[in-house]
Order: sequence, then structure tokens, then C-alpha cells
Amino acid sequence: MMSKIVRTITNILYSSILIFGFYIIMHGHLTPGGGFQGGAVVASGIALVLIAYGYDTVKSWMKKSNLSVLESIGALGFIGIAFLGIGTTFFYNFLANSGGLFGDPTVIGINPGNLDTSGVLPLMNWAVGLKVLAGLGSVVLLMAYGIRKGDEE
Amino acid sequence: MTNFGKVISVIEEIIQILILLIIIATAIMAVSFKDLLAAVISLAATSLLLSLEFYILQAPDVAIAEAGIGAALTTAIFILAIKGTVRREEL
Repeated sequence: MMSKIVRTITNILYSSILIFGFYIIMHGHLTPGGGFQGGAVVASGIALVLIAYGYDTVKSWMKKSNLSVLESIGALGFIGIAFLGIGTTFFYNFLANSGGLFGDPTVIGINPGNLDTSGVLPLMNWAVGLKVLAGLGSVVLLMAYGIRKGDEE
Repeated sequence: MTNFGKVISVIEEIIQILILLIIIATAIMAVSFKDLLAAVISLAATSLLLSLEFYILQAPDVAIAEAGIGAALTTAIFILAIKGTVRREEL
């Protein structure tokens, strides 16, 4: 548990950092960044809360087992989406230009960016983002858990 | 190249040299501090300036990753480790 200044700034910044991280994941196929970068930003938000409030307060908000489940969902989603295109090849982009989900034709030239394009890439970005945020978040969480355990002994 | 473009490129080069010099200074500070919390903060400053340098070198993708991992997460892990051990390095 840190000082009141740190906790107040954390309360203000926490939601913004999370939303920015999810924005980076969501716009991975249009702007710089993607699943890994957005997941790292979200995990840094988790780390900020963990530093400010201490492990004992945070452990009721996010469980380590929940993060493990999220990480597995990310990995399975990535491989599953890759296998869905196996009718042509592994990792085949079967949604692109199909008119369905994320299926609008790609706009050529300078444009503001259409979020509804590029097929399976946004879904894979979400899978990678989930895996990275859960993995890095559980790394920090485990570090805090081990240190608290060391204090007790 | 126009005169204006030359001025801009010279300014950019000066900014890059300044950033690199400050990166070297903060890295030396991170090694030489005996207060480990100050050393960790210096390391975070090094990472942040490195991500700024990546951004100037037209690699915003790498800059986001460096700012997220290098400046935020490793600092958090180091601060947790300092909380678990001692703050001052013994001579």
C-alpha cells in the first residue's frame, strides 16, 4: 500500500490506461501497435494498481486462476482461428473481403481507416492481446505474491 | 531540399543527439546509484527516452512496446523486488 498521492493518481489514470490499451488492440490492423503492445499497456495498468494498493487488496479483484483461464482462451482462440481457415491453408484469412464480420473491402490510398476490414486479423489481435495481458499481469501478480510470502516468513 | 527542410532536419538531429546523451547519462546514473529505488527510476527514464528515440526514428510500433514493457512493467517488477529486499546497496 503506497501513499495517498499515489493512490489518487492511480484512481484517475487506471481507467484511461486500460481504455488506451484496449484501443491499441482494437485498432491493431489500422494504426501502430497491435495485440502485444496493447496487452503490454493493459498489463502496465494492472501493475500500477498492484503497486499502489498492494497484493492483499488487489487479490480479491483479480484472481490468478482467472488470468490463467484468460491466457488459455487467448492461445486457443489464436490457434482455433488459424485452424478455421485450414480448408485452404493454415492461417488462411477466410473473412477478408467476404462482406461478413470484418469483411469490408480494403480501402486503397489515404483514408481515415475503416475498422470493419481485414478479416481475421482483428480477432487474432484480440486473442494475442488477451494472452499478453493475462500473461504479463500474472507475472506481476506472482511477483507480488512471492514477496508478500517472503514477508511472512 | 528547401531551406526550411534543412533547418528542420538540423533541429531533429540536435534533438536526437541530446536524447542519446541523456540516455547515456541516465544509464550511468542507474549503474552508479547506491539507492536502488533511484537506480530503478533512472532505468525507467532510460527506457522512456529510448522509446522517444524509437518514435523519432519512425518506429512507433517498437516505441509503444518499449514504453509498455521497458518503462512500466520492469519498473513495477523492480519496485516490488525492492519492497521484498533492502533499498540500499551494501558496499
